[in-house]
Amino acid sequence: MKELFRNRLALSGAVIILVLMVMAIAAPFVATHDPTSINIKNALVSPCREHLFGTDMLGRDIFSRIVYAARIALSIGFVAVGIAALIGVFFGSIAGYYGGRLDSIIMRFADIMLCFPAFFLILSVIAIVGPNIFNIMIVIGLTSWMGIARLIRAEILSLKTRDFVSASKALGAGSRFIIMRHLIPNGIAPVLVSFVFGVAGAILTEAGLSFLGLGVQPPNPSWGNIIMEGKAVLGVGWWVILFPGLAILITVLAFNLLGEGLRDALNPRLKR
Amino acid sequence: MITYIIKRILNIIPVLLGITIISFAVVHLAPGRPTDMMLELNPKASQEAQARLEEIFGLDKPLHTQYINWLKNILFMDFGISFVDRRPVINKILERMPITILINLLAILTIFIFSIPIGIKSAVNRGSFFDKSTTVLVFIGFATPSFWLALILMSFFGVRLGWLPVSGMASLDFENFSHLGKFIDLSRHLILPVLVASIGGLAGFSRYMRQSMLGAMHQDYVRTARAKGLPEREVIYRHALRNALLPIVTIMGLSIPGLISGSVILESVFNIPGMGRLIVESVFTRDYNTIMAGLVIGAFLTLAGNLLADIAYFYIDPRIKTE
Repeated sequence: MKELFRNRLALSGAVIILVLMVMAIAAPFVATHDPTSINIKNALVSPCREHLFGTDMLGRDIFSRIVYAARIALSIGFVAVGIAALIGVFFGSIAGYYGGRLDSIIMRFADIMLCFPAFFLILSVIAIVGPNIFNIMIVIGLTSWMGIARLIRAEILSLKTRDFVSASKALGAGSRFIIMRHLIPNGIAPVLVSFVFGVAGAILTEAGLSFLGLGVQPPNPSWGNIIMEGKAVLGVGWWVILFPGLAILITVLAFNLLGEGLRDALNPRLKR
Repeated sequence: MITYIIKRILNIIPVLLGITIISFAVVHLAPGRPTDMMLELNPKASQEAQARLEEIFGLDKPLHTQYINWLKNILFMDFGISFVDRRPVINKILERMPITILINLLAILTIFIFSIPIGIKSAVNRGSFFDKSTTVLVFIGFATPSFWLALILMSFFGVRLGWLPVSGMASLDFENFSHLGKFIDLSRHLILPVLVASIGGLAGFSRYMRQSMLGAMHQDYVRTARAKGLPEREVIYRHALRNALLPIVTIMGLSIPGLISGSVILESVFNIPGMGRLIVESVFTRDYNTIMAGLVIGAFLTLAGNLLADIAYFYIDPRIKTE
């Protein structure tokens, strides 16, 4: 019964993510208005049939802005965590496989990176290199690979003593081949779980950066910067901040549910 | 015990060095000169003025010399002077620190008061309606962006109902209040920030507490306690809970970087003049010395938190000593 409850949640997470992705790709067809067209006469219209989620202080349709912002949020989430996963798998696998000095240097470096309060580090770097979508993806990626490196290293440490690896070595396979063909594919499962949780985290980070004005720059819509702009009209237009916040909440929730479900599915030992 | 602590502290030295290198690199490897921003504010400034500024801040020297000088100075808690108002960075940080620490301590207290009983109740009545609904709430808590929650609460309790002040630390006529009045005023300003600061941790900790308690309840000593015929209350609170609290100490230490990161956004939303907002201000004005100081101090606090958690763990769990 508990299992069913769990899996149903994970499944609903996956369905929400799928819907969001379709919405993001088909944004021009889903959106009812141009997300950046300004019409001051139409400013701060409360939610109605014409403007489902109302309009902001410049008369832009919030529903359409949220739909277009989904593109930015999802692409930042996937690309940033993709970068983190590449770096993490690379460092983690060579550290785990070769061991010794290389291992201690890499893992010490990871320890050092983990000491920094992540959001503050990201904020500082973004402020210096300039806030735009590509920099955000790269900076989030460069500052969040450590967990993945640790995971894959631990997996490889236990895998590399197995018989199939020794057999491959005996057959004359090189280290690179063994790492790429045997070790990474067999140790990737926890990385997958971490990837899904990572996307949720990256979306929250981007929202926070954009809210502070150091993320996606207006007039490009981002869930975070819609909320930032809505802060100024908090007393007169509650709908401006309500809906983008719900969009963030639902998206992050969906990724977390899927991650939790995947973790349970991939690790039967966790089930009690 | 002493050897363990000394060993841990010796291990920290290379990490600390690494922290300073990264903090320095982040700020200095970027394109553009740190003095550009200062001159942007004053277009009349000449090339000479820029050169003079760079001399004052030691920016004309090669990078490695700059790093060594900076490192020597921070050993004596001298983080240089702020580019913005020419005041020592350490003074600016120290005057902003108390309010951030106060909010975080109150948040930690709130988190403990609520999450421990929630975790215990969820674990003891696993699968019950209470357990399921707290699980759902935990997921929602994890997914809620703190700045958004802050704005929603502000607009409801502050703007709509007018019960609580929406920003800052004190009312305009704060100076005229009596001691009690000041206390009440401060508390009213702190309710929403502390509440928002607690949400993420509350979700996380009740989850950990539940896991930890579930783990403890499957241990042999709990079965033994039951077999002895101890009442269920005694079994849960005396035997299972004590052991379930152990990992929580470590997690507490690990949660420090999250709290610091949280303060950055929280203090910006509520307009609280703490460390978090100082960091955002310094980032916006490219106040390099303050950014570097913030990074080093933030990372150092994380390290210290981990060390303290390890020592506390060592102290309260006798099993580690025998290993």
